[in-house]
Amino acid sequence: MNGMSKIVKTTVSILFPFTMIFGLYVIAHGHLTPGGGFQGGAIVASGCAMLVIAYGSEWVFERIKTKRLAAFESIGGLGFIAVALLGLVFSTVFFGNFLAGSNLLFGTTPATGSTLADMNTGGVLPLMNFAVGIKVIAGLFVIVLVMAYASSQKEWNT
Amino acid sequence: MEKRTIAATLVFAIAAVFFLFSIFLIHPFGKPGNVAMDDHIIANTQNETGTNNAVTSVVFDYRGFDTLGEATIIFAAVAGVLMIFRRVNP
Repeated sequence: MNGMSKIVKTTVSILFPFTMIFGLYVIAHGHLTPGGGFQGGAIVASGCAMLVIAYGSEWVFERIKTKRLAAFESIGGLGFIAVALLGLVFSTVFFGNFLAGSNLLFGTTPATGSTLADMNTGGVLPLMNFAVGIKVIAGLFVIVLVMAYASSQKEWNT
Repeated sequence: MEKRTIAATLVFAIAAVFFLFSIFLIHPFGKPGNVAMDDHIIANTQNETGTNNAVTSVVFDYRGFDTLGEATIIFAAVAGVLMIFRRVNP
C-alpha cells in the first residue's frame, strides 16, 4: 500500500505536529485540566494512526522500530509501578503521594478553594501521568501499526 | 414452547423489571445522593494530594489500583497483538 493522494499527505503533514503538541499538552497538564495520561496518549496515538493511514503502513514501519515502541510501553508501565513503590517506601502505603506538600518537585500545595492553575503542584500525579502517557502512546501506536502492516503484507505467515 | 424459550423469557422479564426499578428509583439528574466520600474528596483533595483537579486525584491517587489495572489491560492487549501478528520466519 503506497498511501493516499498528495492532498491527503500534505494535509496530514501540516496537521501532525499540532496533534502531537495538543496530545503532549493534555498529558503534561493532566493534573490541572481535564484529561490526563490516557486521554493525551490516545490523542498522540491517533495522530500517529493518521500518519499510518495517509502514508501507508510500510512507509511508517520502515522508519520506526516496533521493538523500541514495545520497550517504551514497558518503560511506562515499570515507571508507573516504580512511582507507586516509592510511595510505599517514602510514605506509608502503595500509591502514597509522598511528594505532595514536600516543597520538592511538584510539591507545592495550592490554597483551598478556587485557585489559579500552578504547574508545580500535584505530588506524584504528574509523574504518573507522564508514565501512563508514554505507555498509552507506545501501546496504542504499536497495536495500530502492527495490525495495519500485517494486513497489508500478503506473505506474513508463510 | 421449548424450555429454552420459556427460560429466556423469564430471565428477560426479571432483568427488565430490575432495570425499570433502577430507572425509577435513581436519584434526580444532577442531585446525587448524600455520600460521605464525595464530600471528603471535594473538601480535602487540595490539601491531601496538592492538586486542583479532583478527577485526576481520584484516578491516580485515591483509586490508583484501578489505574494500575487499566495499564495492565493495555499491556496485555499489546502483548496479545504482538503475539498474534508475529513473524514465524523472521
